[in-house]
Amino acid sequence: MTPFLRATITIAAKDLRSEFRTKEAFNASLSFSVVILVLFSFAFDPTSEQMQSISGGLLWLVFSFASALSLNRSFARELQNDCLDALVCAPVPVAAIFLGKALANYLLLICVEITALAVFALFYDTHFSQQLGPILLVIALGTWGMTVIGTTFSALTVNLRMREVMLPTLVYPLLVPALMAAMTLTTDLMNGMPLGGDNLLWLRVLTGFDFIYTLLAMVFIDIVVVG
Amino acid sequence: MSETVSEKTRDRIMYVLAMLSAALLTWNLYKIFMILPDEKNQGAIYRIVYMHVPSIFTGFTGFFVALAASALYLITKDLKYDAFAAAVTEVSLAFASIVLATGMIWGRIIWGIWWAWDARLTTMLVCWLIYFGYVMLRRAIDEPTQRARLSAVVSVFGCVDIMIVYKSIEWWRTQHPAPVLSVRDGGGMGPGMESPIYWNWLAFMCLAAILVMVRMRQESISREIDSLRRMAHAY
Repeated sequence: MTPFLRATITIAAKDLRSEFRTKEAFNASLSFSVVILVLFSFAFDPTSEQMQSISGGLLWLVFSFASALSLNRSFARELQNDCLDALVCAPVPVAAIFLGKALANYLLLICVEITALAVFALFYDTHFSQQLGPILLVIALGTWGMTVIGTTFSALTVNLRMREVMLPTLVYPLLVPALMAAMTLTTDLMNGMPLGGDNLLWLRVLTGFDFIYTLLAMVFIDIVVVG
Repeated sequence: MSETVSEKTRDRIMYVLAMLSAALLTWNLYKIFMILPDEKNQGAIYRIVYMHVPSIFTGFTGFFVALAASALYLITKDLKYDAFAAAVTEVSLAFASIVLATGMIWGRIIWGIWWAWDARLTTMLVCWLIYFGYVMLRRAIDEPTQRARLSAVVSVFGCVDIMIVYKSIEWWRTQHPAPVLSVRDGGGMGPGMESPIYWNWLAFMCLAAILVMVRMRQESISREIDSLRRMAHAY
């Protein structure tokens, strides 16, 4: 195992361990997603046909709101006791710290999303078991895009006065291509359409988005965190 | 002394650019309104294209120049590139607003609605939001080098989004009119109808250059005031 990979896994394990002990972010994200799901039921008739055609969009709105909660704190929680300075001083590349944090966030978000998906299916009577594999693929890809952008901007805004305001202002517009692709794909898959034809274009957009921004984040994270 | 000389030269350049821009715009407006005939299908409203298209050219040129300036800042760490990038982005954001406004007016007449959630319009709006975030971010950071560093990174991330805007017309089905300019294999405009677009682009570019220069002067004055204030506090 290369030193870079080992550092990445160490950071990810550290973040996951502290999350596992407190369960702060997980509980907050999950209860927040359930609250949003409940609120949606007032916005429109949950039993109507219309429900099927907007299910993907709803689901990704829930995911992106919930992700903002946990990603917000990704770097901010290292501010206490100057942990961030200690991390930066450690003899590991900043890219490894970033990747480790992104990985921990990713696993956490996937857990929240799978639970939220089950709750969604329960409350809104949606049937997607026939396309479960492709839906999970889209969730995996879309969540990675959200995680990369979210973690990068969590690092970028960590020392800002108006962190809580700046982060969503910067993150959501950048996420639009990924969210748009993920929403369209999820809606189609939930309506029983297989992955193929026009859908593949959106899958390409999603994969391309993940690839480009992962690359950019790895290149620029050093400038963002250290300077 | 050298500062005052360069300031005088800058003033002269600004006056020349202003005159050039005013002359070009007057001539273009005369041509657009008095000489060119109405379009066959759209009537008089098609003339908005002479503001819409040059604005987007100017705006996007600006965003790319800002990207280059941001990259130069990250390489050289010279704050003058940061001031330039900030000024260019702000001016380009103004031109992007013109694009959205003129497009909406045109849409109200031709489509009957102010806004359509079509791929190109949406991505243009997203692009506007990203650079608005850039300007907000600059306001939120007081320390000049940190502000320069972080906003340069946001500029790079934002520019990637612009590439998606540009490709979107090919990637996604769209109800935005197909490109009509001959440089993009459109060739859909009548004889003599296309050239005012380019002349207006030139005029807008001159205007943008003046605005950038004014903005940069403001920036340098505010830096001066800042350092004076710090000196005053030190005593």
